Amino acid sequence: MIKHEKIERSATLLLILSFLVVTVGGLVEIIPLFWLDNTIERVKGMRPYTPLELAGRNIYIREGCYLCHSQMIRPFRDEVERYGHYSLAAESMYDHPFQWGSKRTGPDLARVGGKYSDQWHVQHLKDPQSVVPESVMPKYAFLAERELKFDDIADHLKVNVKLGVPYDEDMIKNAKIDLVAQATGENTEGLIKRYGKERWGSATEVKARDFGLDGKEKITEMDALVAYLQMLGTLVDFKTFDTTNVENLR
Amino acid sequence: MSLTVRWLEMGVLALGALLALVMAAKAVDPLYAFHSWIFFAAAVLGLFFMARNTFSGAYLEEKETEYMDKVVKYGVVATVFWGIVGFFMGVYVASELAWPWLNLSEWLNFGRLRPVHTSAVIFAFGGNALIATSFYVVQRTNRARLAFGNLAWFVFWGYQLFIVLAATSYVLGGSQSREYAEPEWYIDVWLTIVWVAYLLIFFGTLVKRNVSHIYVANWFYLSFIVTIAMLHLGNNLALPVSFFGTKSYSLLSGAPDAITQWWYGHNAVGFFLTAGFLGMMYYFVPKQAERPVYSYRLSIVHFWALIFTYIWAGPHHLHYTALPDWVQTLGMVMSVILWMPSWGGMINGLMTLSGAWDKLRTDPILRMMVIAVAFYGMSTFEGPMMSIKSVNALSHFTDWTIGHVHSGALGWVGMITMGSMYFLMARLFSPSGRLYSYRLVSWHFWLATLGIVLYAAAMWVSGIMQGLMWREYDDQGFLVYSFAETVEAMHPYYVIRALGGLLYLIGAVIMAWNFYQTAKGRVSAAEAELAPARA
Repeated sequence: MIKHEKIERSATLLLILSFLVVTVGGLVEIIPLFWLDNTIERVKGMRPYTPLELAGRNIYIREGCYLCHSQMIRPFRDEVERYGHYSLAAESMYDHPFQWGSKRTGPDLARVGGKYSDQWHVQHLKDPQSVVPESVMPKYAFLAERELKFDDIADHLKVNVKLGVPYDEDMIKNAKIDLVAQATGENTEGLIKRYGKERWGSATEVKARDFGLDGKEKITEMDALVAYLQMLGTLVDFKTFDTTNVENLR
Repeated sequence: MSLTVRWLEMGVLALGALLALVMAAKAVDPLYAFHSWIFFAAAVLGLFFMARNTFSGAYLEEKETEYMDKVVKYGVVATVFWGIVGFFMGVYVASELAWPWLNLSEWLNFGRLRPVHTSAVIFAFGGNALIATSFYVVQRTNRARLAFGNLAWFVFWGYQLFIVLAATSYVLGGSQSREYAEPEWYIDVWLTIVWVAYLLIFFGTLVKRNVSHIYVANWFYLSFIVTIAMLHLGNNLALPVSFFGTKSYSLLSGAPDAITQWWYGHNAVGFFLTAGFLGMMYYFVPKQAERPVYSYRLSIVHFWALIFTYIWAGPHHLHYTALPDWVQTLGMVMSVILWMPSWGGMINGLMTLSGAWDKLRTDPILRMMVIAVAFYGMSTFEGPMMSIKSVNALSHFTDWTIGHVHSGALGWVGMITMGSMYFLMARLFSPSGRLYSYRLVSWHFWLATLGIVLYAAAMWVSGIMQGLMWREYDDQGFLVYSFAETVEAMHPYYVIRALGGLLYLIGAVIMAWNFYQTAKGRVSAAEAELAPARA
């Protein structure tokens, strides 16, 4: 047994020991997650974000939406009834970084996709109180005015590939074309081929249209953000989950 | 310090300026370009002041045999300044939730200003207080001048630069969305450099100490510095899209990313806002009370148990999420255990007043420190309770969490800091060794305390109420409230909360006024005969 006095007399010993002590918790709780198969149980339907959705997601991050909106439905009766099926780990497997959030000043958005029309989203983002009078959300009308910068969108896909997101060569090469196709709803064959339900088994098809409803030539940040919101939680098909199936009665 | 070293230091600054120019020239987005110019301006300013000091020979006047207190004094000023900025930002974002029309523009929207508030109070106010007090304490308790000369100035100014970069980044739309670690990759790199320099100075000073034992306050400071370095590096692993651009993508995704973030997030609380400030407690409370620390043995147990256990508590931020269950349960168990070392520390702090309790009546500074420790006890009980899964099921995602954080931040961190700042103002700034006015300290104390009570009470009510409203069913089995109805119900509490924050801010402004008068060497006319000089 060493005397504590020894540590008090040596700065080096104090430094090393206190460092070792603080590493333990992280090592035990985090490192195993990378190897345990049940950390993320694979499900059918997950695909990488389309270039437009990814750009929209970056706006979501930039504006700090995660500070008031979670994307994590907990397995409670009230949450499942209010927001939909509880969130699965696999549903955020391509999220660099995750957006689970920690506070619900506004409602959860994990499955907001398809719940409202594009028109509703645009109006709500421009002036939240005009559709939800009780809302305390800021106005985001400026997004509809600002042109989306996407010259380097292929680079964004490439970085995601390095981090393990399964974009292929074809997707990277056509990133800009796909982005424009999705935001205009024109020439969408390539987009559907690369991101569509046929390839990934998703529950819903990739949506392509003028999300910002501005009818103008330019693609705005509003288009991208609405495209992102409209796909949230729409990939995994929970209708096929049958609670009475004997397979599940284990 | 030799002239060669100074030339070398100026060379490094010149290289930094050059690098900043290259960054500015190749920048792919305006924010990155703007920040490159800030880097450039900082390096040029540093170069200018160093050159002026060198050629005028002013640096020769500093005696190597004395404590390096000027950098501590700058730290006290920075702490008071950033405190007021951070509290003001808090009042503003709180008001935005009460009156949403205050979201006046893109740059003033809640989503962009909230990180400005959290970073300003945690890193700017808290961080400057930690750096300043640790520099003061490590010199006094080890009877040694800070190691590595001018490096302490690099840490001070480098840290201010980090704060400016972070704050401007959020307002202009640069964030990696990791709570309390929002700055983008290049700002993280900069902070790493500054932090390593900080560690070098602190550790170097311990090594060259002139006493045999290292005093307990230093253990806490040291482990805070080391652990923050580990957490900062671990949580900010990211790949930039371009080395000349702002945007990066985090290395991890989904569940592993979430646990890494909260391993960081909870220990930003555990080490930045707790261990570091416990170092403050272990020095300034005994000093102000003029009593030794209550139990030496307890401080040993407190230290090792606290730093070991804290690290495990992160998963309680992710209860009932898609994180594996075993991690959640483990995190909960360790969070409950954490209650013990926390209260051990509280008892050690409070009992240090044994035989000096009467001073609470006459000494408002000591009163501030003691209520800080009391709030520490309260929030370290509340925390473990909220980390129990069934409690968390109700409290998570609500304002209860916000209230909990603030009873810790305003009560513990804020009060122990302000008590220590008053101590340092009297010692380092006042020719007579006393403050301008102790009555104003008393005013500050009561305004701040009342502010915290309003804040915490409002958040308890709104948090628990909203949690209950979300899960309320009628007898037909339908959800009773729409989400919007629960938002509407929050309004009165958001107003009360903003008012509580305002009181706290007014207290800090009074402190700044008191500080200014003290530094001018004035003594309040009403108190000239009342209080004797304090050692």
